[in-house]
Amino acid sequence: MTAAPPTTRGIPVDDVSGQSVAALPIKQRVGVGSWLSIALAVFVGLVLIELLIFNDNWNWDLVFSYLFSQVILTGLLNTIVLTVLTTVLGLILGVFTAWCRMSRLVVLRTFALLYIWLMRAMPPLVMLLLVFFWGALVPRLGIGIPFLPPIFEVPTNELISRFSAAIIGLAIYLGAYSAEIIRGGVLSLQSGQFEACRALGLPPRLAYQKILGPQLIRVITPSMANEVITIFKSTSLVSVIGYTELLTTVQTIYARNFETIPLLTVAVIWYLVLTSLAMVGQSRLEKRFGRGFARRSTKKMTSVQATATTGTANVGH
Amino acid sequence: MSATENETLLRLVHVSKHFGDLKAVDDVSLDIEAGSVTCIVGPSGSGKSTLLRTVNMMESLDGGAIFLRGQMIGHELRRGHRVPVKAAVARRQTLNFGMVFQHFNLFPNYTALENVAAGPMLVRRTNKKTAHGAARRYLEQVGLGDRADHYPSELSGGQQQRVAIARALAMEPQILLFDEPTSALDPELVNEVLAVMRGLADAGSTMLVVTHEMRFAEEVADEIVMMDAGRVVERGAPAQIIHTPSTPRARKFFASVGTLAPSEAR
Ligand SMILES: Nc1ncnc2c1ncn2[C@@H]1O[C@H](COP(=O)(O)OP(=O)(O)OP(=O)(O)O)[C@@H](O)[C@H]1O
Ligand SMILES: [Mg+2]
Repeated sequence: MTAAPPTTRGIPVDDVSGQSVAALPIKQRVGVGSWLSIALAVFVGLVLIELLIFNDNWNWDLVFSYLFSQVILTGLLNTIVLTVLTTVLGLILGVFTAWCRMSRLVVLRTFALLYIWLMRAMPPLVMLLLVFFWGALVPRLGIGIPFLPPIFEVPTNELISRFSAAIIGLAIYLGAYSAEIIRGGVLSLQSGQFEACRALGLPPRLAYQKILGPQLIRVITPSMANEVITIFKSTSLVSVIGYTELLTTVQTIYARNFETIPLLTVAVIWYLVLTSLAMVGQSRLEKRFGRGFARRSTKKMTSVQATATTGTANVGH
Repeated sequence: MSATENETLLRLVHVSKHFGDLKAVDDVSLDIEAGSVTCIVGPSGSGKSTLLRTVNMMESLDGGAIFLRGQMIGHELRRGHRVPVKAAVARRQTLNFGMVFQHFNLFPNYTALENVAAGPMLVRRTNKKTAHGAARRYLEQVGLGDRADHYPSELSGGQQQRVAIARALAMEPQILLFDEPTSALDPELVNEVLAVMRGLADAGSTMLVVTHEMRFAEEVADEIVMMDAGRVVERGAPAQIIHTPSTPRARKFFASVGTLAPSEAR
């Protein structure tokens, strides 16, 4: 029995060696799935256009008149300031807490654990109110030994304004959560990395700063981005202590003019902008600290084609 | 790196390390001469890695002492007892040892060159230009001059291990410690790493090598130490210990790795 000639869809090709078939160009396969997905995209697009543009109830003129209005921008600025300060303070607290949580000293470990436990249990709203009304609980804040006269003290209410209460309330919350994210990152590092640092005689601080830290940032960035983005939405909680940020501003306005949907749209648009910025930052960080993990562009690799990257390399981009 | 022949560089005296009830290293005494190559062999779980790690102070001792050029390392004397040295002192003392790991443990976010230069730059505060220049030379020494700018994920296992050797060399240690440097490699990559190690031995480096490569041990080692259950079972010149071991335990082991005919195992 001779070998059957190669066929395409049952049509025999007059070329047993397969030369002419091999010479045919290869194109993307367009199947039913492709057409269906395109149809779906068009459908969704039309629905969105109808919903967003041909629906007068959105009242886009009003949306745009408020979008850049002074009062909204002030609220936005407050949101941004609150988010940035909270994040910075929270992350510092997080690194410190994570360090305590992994300390050799059982007292530090216990303190960190208690703090994380408390913050996890506490709704952020309660946290904010507690910080804000701390003055009622402890009228004077001081430094000193308990039960002895303090070395230094101030009235609590001078220290705690709406602004500082908002920052402290949210930051100690973020501190606990980010501590666990950081610890998770440390756990994910291979023990060999720690050993290699020790074998080179690197002091722990330097090892973290130069070698382990960058690897850590790579793994914790996605979860951290989540936390930070959550924070700038959580800033709307501070309305309970009377601090006005974006969402509170918007609420005050629609309470007066009843244009609820357009004004919420204004807030959502700004939240989308902020989230986009945060996500751009995230992807920058991931690229920067993904070096050695992500495959490099072929341009740089020309001299190396022979030694293709190994399969262990993580996500490409 | 080498000093005068026959000087005892490293001395282990009754070294013990326990994990709970398990005596991972049990009363091991060993002298390593400057410029010598000592290979440690033995079955899995016999405590070879643990012994190497106690030398490098990655594991604390439960008994015994380790001396480098006659100076006790890892501990200092108090009245009537010893305490571990401070972390900073321990780090300074580990600089006498260069460690090469079974799984390379290169820093994935650093290129080959940066891996080699990291120690000198961060620990010895060498400036970048000098450190990179030296790193390039060490990479050339291990045959990787043309791979300096590659990340570990872009290198083969054998190449990664050679970078790891260059990284250890860059700190100019007195003694090189190898923990099964070829065990994680495909067979065809083993030889390139062994060739580099042979070169180091010929150049007079003091080396303590845990290995399962009997051919390498026989050809390169000055002394072979066989361990079992945390203890040194037998030690001696390579040819003698590999082909005519005197203890039954050693005979059984060398028969199992094929350097001894099974009939001679008893
Ligand atoms: N951190 C640890 N905790 C508890 N037991 C340990 C620890 N490290 C090693 N051991 C035990 O100590 C013994 C010696 O281990 P070691 O790794 O030194 O063996 P090895 O001779 O290097 O073996 P291999 O050839 O498989 O690498 C083993 O029984 C091991 O289970
Ligand atoms: Mg081992």
